[in-house]
Amino acid sequence: RREILTKGAAIAAAVAVPAAANAYEVPDLLYPFEALEPYIDAPTMKIHHDKHHATYVANINKAMEGKEEVDILDLQLNALEAGPVRNSGGGHYNHAFFWDEMAPPDEAAKSKISSELQAAIDKSFGSFDEMKAKFEAQAAPGAVFGSGWVWVCVSGDELKIVGTPNQDNPLMKGVAEDNMFPILGLDVWEHAYYLKYQNRRPEYVSNWWNVVNWNKVSENFAYVTEKKAGVPVRG
Amino acid sequence: MITRFTLLFTLATSVAAGATYELPPLPYGKSGLKPMLGSKTLEIHHDKHHAKYVNTMNSLVEGTNLENQSLEKIVRSSYKKNQALFNNAAQAWNHSFYWKCMKKRGGGEPPAGSKLADAINDSFGSYDEFRKQFSEAANTAFGSGWAWLVCNRKGKLSVCKTIGADNPMVSTSAGIPILTCDVWEHAYYLDYQNLRPNYIDVFLDKLVNWEYVSENLERAMDSGLCAEL
Repeated sequence: RREILTKGAAIAAAVAVPAAANAYEVPDLLYPFEALEPYIDAPTMKIHHDKHHATYVANINKAMEGKEEVDILDLQLNALEAGPVRNSGGGHYNHAFFWDEMAPPDEAAKSKISSELQAAIDKSFGSFDEMKAKFEAQAAPGAVFGSGWVWVCVSGDELKIVGTPNQDNPLMKGVAEDNMFPILGLDVWEHAYYLKYQNRRPEYVSNWWNVVNWNKVSENFAYVTEKKAGVPVRG
Repeated sequence: MITRFTLLFTLATSVAAGATYELPPLPYGKSGLKPMLGSKTLEIHHDKHHAKYVNTMNSLVEGTNLENQSLEKIVRSSYKKNQALFNNAAQAWNHSFYWKCMKKRGGGEPPAGSKLADAINDSFGSYDEFRKQFSEAANTAFGSGWAWLVCNRKGKLSVCKTIGADNPMVSTSAGIPILTCDVWEHAYYLDYQNLRPNYIDVFLDKLVNWEYVSENLERAMDSGLCAEL
């Protein structure tokens, strides 16, 4: 009888433990702040990571305090149901996703598009250059007006390019089509480029290709194609 | 033979007919709001961002029945009908208004006993409460947007925020805009980076042109009209 009581107390205690106060964390960058120079400047990387991303993390932790711990990827699906989750949960996922798809220019230059990804690009856009042109058009200030992101997504057996406002992303039900999984994304909020480029968003976008890590993007493609799910992120 | 008079007359009438909208100059020059807003900020904000909205709007209305209309008419006509035109026209209006809402050695409270001070006290209870609500609107406009003080025909003031190019003259029934603060990141990023709250404080404490806001209040109450820009 004592054993049952002890076990019961232990189970009750386990269930009653609330989510850790700081369930989400800002993941460390895989490279130093200056590593993406001259395409993305060090001051921008530092403020973008240490201030903007950190604020989203602080705010999503606050919004999720006392609630069941949910991986940041899984939080995206129903994010539209709650303002703070949409804005700060989206902000955390988007930035964690963004940092890891980039690499210093020399590493990026050596990275390769997998044959499977290349085939998908050719099928959906005709060629890499056509995909690039379409992406840049979607990233123009007239297309994503104000703050937002541009994404290349797997959608069924196609690749699609979509722009989303603020910190929305295609994983959020109701934002884009269902079952769209980003494999590449670009932050076009002004804070992502203003210190170096000011109003010259097209120049930022065209320079950004120099720091895309195609090995990671190819991995993302393989993952979402196989799992039919979004890419997990650190943090 | 074209006399100088004829030439001037032609120019004057073509402007009066409302040809293309002209980018207004900064009331205080690009260095005029230092150190609250730097000259690089004002230069780029005015000569690049604002200029682009004006030029794009002008090219979009060219050859249409909106070509000779006032800026406000273009804003109202394009709302919910032509997103690209609205974005550019409203941003042209918003920025022309924003520049005039600031001045060198501005900010603080409107003069005690003034119509505006009374309206603020009547509508908010106190200046402090107005300041609190305006700051909150400005700080919580997520992404790109604007914070506004609006006035209805009865002189009742309220604070609101808008996203993107939206302007309360079209998007609410709360009244006519009499004050705005631009909280798109381009308005403050070079000077304040992520510290938007600091920019808002400086805007309220050092920049607001209360004389202009008073004029807007009078006009809104007398005739329900927006500022002429």
